[in-house]
Amino acid sequence: MSATAAPAQRVATRRPRGAEEAKARRERWARRGPLLPALIFLIIVTQIPFVLTVFYSLFSWDLAKPGSPHWVGLSNYGAVFTDPVFFAAVLHTVEITFISVGIATLLGLGLAVLLDRAFVGRAIVRTLLISPFLILPTAAGLIWKTTLLDPTYGIVNWIIRIFGGTPVAFVTAQPMASVIATVVWQWTPFEMLILLAGLQSMPRDVLEAARVDGASALASFRELTLPHLRSYLELGILLGAIYVVNTFDAIYMVTQGGPGTETTNLPYYIYQRAFLGFEVGQSAALGVVTVVGTLIVASVALRVMFSIFIEDNTAKA
Amino acid sequence: MATVAATATRRRPRRRRGPGLRARLSSVAWATLAWFAGIVFFFPVLWMVITSFKPEAAAYTSNPKFDFSPTLSEYKQVFSAGMGPFLANSAIATVLSVLLVLALATPAAYALSLRPVGKWRDALFFFISTKMLPVVAAIVPIYLAVREVDMLDSIPTLIILYTAMNLPIAVWMMRSFFLEVPGEILEAARMDGADLRHELTEVVLPVVAPGLAATALICAIFAWNEFFFAVNLTSIRAATMPVFLVGFVSSEGLFWAKLAAAATIASVPVLIAGWVAQRQLVRGLSMGAIK
Amino acid sequence: MVRRSVFRSGGVVRRSVLRSGVACALGAAALALTGCSVAGAGGGAGSGPHGVALRVAIVSNPQMQDVEMLIKYFEREHPNIKVNFVTLPENQSRATVTDAVSTHSNEFDVVMISNYETPMWARYGWITNLQPYIARTKGYDENDFIPSIRKSLSYRGAMYSVPFYGESSFLAYRKDLFAKAGLHMPAHPTWPQVAAFAKKLDDKKKGVAGICLRGDSGWGENLAPLDTVINTFGGRWFNMRWQPQLTSPSVERAVRFYVHLVRNYGEPGPGEAGFSECATNYEQGNAAMWYDATSAAGTLEAKGSPVAGKNGYAPAPVLKTKHSGWLYTWSLAIPKTSPAKRAAWQFISWATSKAYIKLVGRKLGWSNLPPGSRLSTYRIPQYLKAAKAFAKPTLTAIESADPQHPTVKPVPYTGVQFLDIPEFQDLGTRVSQQITAAIAGGESVKSALQASQQYAQDVGKEHRS
Repeated sequence: MSATAAPAQRVATRRPRGAEEAKARRERWARRGPLLPALIFLIIVTQIPFVLTVFYSLFSWDLAKPGSPHWVGLSNYGAVFTDPVFFAAVLHTVEITFISVGIATLLGLGLAVLLDRAFVGRAIVRTLLISPFLILPTAAGLIWKTTLLDPTYGIVNWIIRIFGGTPVAFVTAQPMASVIATVVWQWTPFEMLILLAGLQSMPRDVLEAARVDGASALASFRELTLPHLRSYLELGILLGAIYVVNTFDAIYMVTQGGPGTETTNLPYYIYQRAFLGFEVGQSAALGVVTVVGTLIVASVALRVMFSIFIEDNTAKA
Repeated sequence: MATVAATATRRRPRRRRGPGLRARLSSVAWATLAWFAGIVFFFPVLWMVITSFKPEAAAYTSNPKFDFSPTLSEYKQVFSAGMGPFLANSAIATVLSVLLVLALATPAAYALSLRPVGKWRDALFFFISTKMLPVVAAIVPIYLAVREVDMLDSIPTLIILYTAMNLPIAVWMMRSFFLEVPGEILEAARMDGADLRHELTEVVLPVVAPGLAATALICAIFAWNEFFFAVNLTSIRAATMPVFLVGFVSSEGLFWAKLAAAATIASVPVLIAGWVAQRQLVRGLSMGAIK
Repeated sequence: MVRRSVFRSGGVVRRSVLRSGVACALGAAALALTGCSVAGAGGGAGSGPHGVALRVAIVSNPQMQDVEMLIKYFEREHPNIKVNFVTLPENQSRATVTDAVSTHSNEFDVVMISNYETPMWARYGWITNLQPYIARTKGYDENDFIPSIRKSLSYRGAMYSVPFYGESSFLAYRKDLFAKAGLHMPAHPTWPQVAAFAKKLDDKKKGVAGICLRGDSGWGENLAPLDTVINTFGGRWFNMRWQPQLTSPSVERAVRFYVHLVRNYGEPGPGEAGFSECATNYEQGNAAMWYDATSAAGTLEAKGSPVAGKNGYAPAPVLKTKHSGWLYTWSLAIPKTSPAKRAAWQFISWATSKAYIKLVGRKLGWSNLPPGSRLSTYRIPQYLKAAKAFAKPTLTAIESADPQHPTVKPVPYTGVQFLDIPEFQDLGTRVSQQITAAIAGGESVKSALQASQQYAQDVGKEHRS
């Protein structure tokens, strides 16, 4: 930023004041211009629903009964914060997000490294590896529940039986692990794509030079590749987390939030309130609380963890 | 450089051998590992495809049957259920929303990276914050709002919502790729007197083309597989493939083979898109080849 | 110099791609805008000089898919009516239809609901009284509907939806396995007898469960069979003063029995087993008995089923009541907001008529008839032959179900396997989740029932006021 300002200032001393301000203003609008269409579009399309949601959260409206919404002020929020299932749902959301995104990123990194080097049939393997991401999430959830994890007919238990073990009813005995496995399977390709793009954008000559200089593969990975990938890793983790927080299909298809409420996360709980309880006000209040909570967590995380928001690493404009 | 020369003189006279045994073994191991990973990840999908060729009553057996006589009966049932309009709706909604997303996100990402606005941090944060509201919570308000403007069951509604859904991620991703454009190219272009449009189209975009492809692919996948808006805001005219697919899930009756067939068909376009787009990723940034 | 020329050539190619991309985007925007006006034009059922386009919401069960296949016969008879279907699985359909009907959205002309929604929605005035239409339709013969079914869809004596197919519950069992073990299924089995059979037939080594019972969460999943067990054990959800009874001794005994039975002699992974899982288990020979819907028999006796012809069907086991089978029917109704009620009725009356049932038999096979709606179905000789094993048990089960008096002690609600109150979808789901936890072993029956009692307190309070 300062680099741009300096030359302008140096030139400005030769021009009259008004023209300098006008030029600065033009420059500012020239920069804003490209941003505006996307920004305005997004504001209109997302803030209207958000405002409506906040609006409805102040009413009580049971869709399954006749009668129109009636004002209850903040009592929906009171109900949210005294609901033990809500806090359990928050916990489960955090658990699922942390573990799934963590594993998916690590696996994605490993797979991206594998794909970065040419080998026979690389294009095919690349397509195979992104296939979990292409399947409809509902179908993916069903695949895991019925064909992979089923205690009698699932492939995983078939393999266990071949090795002489006793079959495990995964969804019943290990519901959290089942959900996480489904989510990781679906999101690893996403992380892999982002990290692969990052790897492919690395200048080869630097790596070449390091290799010629005798650096081991591991050392050059640690010292050269990882720092280059840092911004991609942050991007992958941030985006992955945002999506995984909202995981719904995996839980709906695999465990239905159970047994009990063991795998109920926030979106699933909101779904229960909205489509089984038909409570528009309560589910809206839950949604607003989720947004506020995620905003707080995200802004803390972004400022603490991600270099994006600490250093001014915008390009050398 | 000196070290290399020194070692070179110590080595035997240079008969250019091919890669040594060690190198060859390591590349075989590499390929094997990669293929193994690919197969493991792909296996559930493969199993679903295999199941789609089994008759319904035999779709499940406790020891998975690998030998069976394939039948197209389930596919026939899927096709006779009238898949055409759903496929068309999905295609239109996906293609148009992705184009719109790219058209909006590319300049926006530019304005947040290469020639940034003052408050770029806030803008970025706003973009990502729009994805924090779980759609489930807002769906009834959205349903009522869409109904008020008489846009229930229409494809433009889906296009608008999918664009808004994908815009944040497109902006964030494109921004990352823009940041990779080496400064020297930009300087060279600016010194040549290129204006914004020229700078974008002739200089920057070719460099970020693989990133554009990755972004387009990811947005296309999200739009194609989007289920919640589709099922709640469409009914007859604008219903998309996910809605068609889920119509095979039955609470009383066996449906797994039929669903597998429908899911396989639904995945084919996305698979083709994936295959096409990942070739772009291969080409890599042309910068790497120069020097 | 080299650098620049590389970019120039690449730029030319990229530029043309970019141009076409921009053109596409502009075209897309134009298309979207025109699409807006086209979409905006159609709000209600499209009607005009060329006829009516009906919007029908149905559930994606096999019998409904048959309707979609045979719709061309209807459209041939009524060339001015075009039928458009929205097919969704049960949970989705229920949510979509409830949203549309309760917000008076005029999204559908015909909706598929059940005996759960019908009495409530009739009372709220959300669906059309069909009695006048029935009276005007010659040969419709509403008295042909099975009486218990007809009553469950009526409000103050008038029918507000008409049954498409109905079901109760019964016990399917493998006659051959019984014979091999020297066991005999009595004509009216009791639950203790069934438990004893399950214990004897359970063979974990061979992978055969004594009995298969639903265990997964959902007010229509594990709660359906469990509720019938609660009823016949003498339990009830609320007493006449709307005080919840879920921790009463009879309810606890019933739930403990069910959980114990399915954990010890039931299918593996019972907490995740619903209708499809049990159907697969039983069909593949991994269960000796299966207590579930009467409509399951159609799947078990279908061509290609490994157990076809090997099954007997006993009435739902009882303890303190004479019958305990549940009563459920998918039915078709017309929302009040529909502008095309006459055309809607023409479709509904066709799909629920005696002629349609015979059409299914002729075109799709006699074992595929929609069961449990009309008495005359059970007099069709071809059907009796094709469904020999289960036709009569199905009819008996449906006829003897009594949603008005499901329990031993009096109750302020109706419904056998559900409570016909609007809160039940939510309450039932929460309770069923607790039951699944008990079945999975993570929670004791006592604490599951205590948590359920808590949920029921709020509902009871609302009804008391």
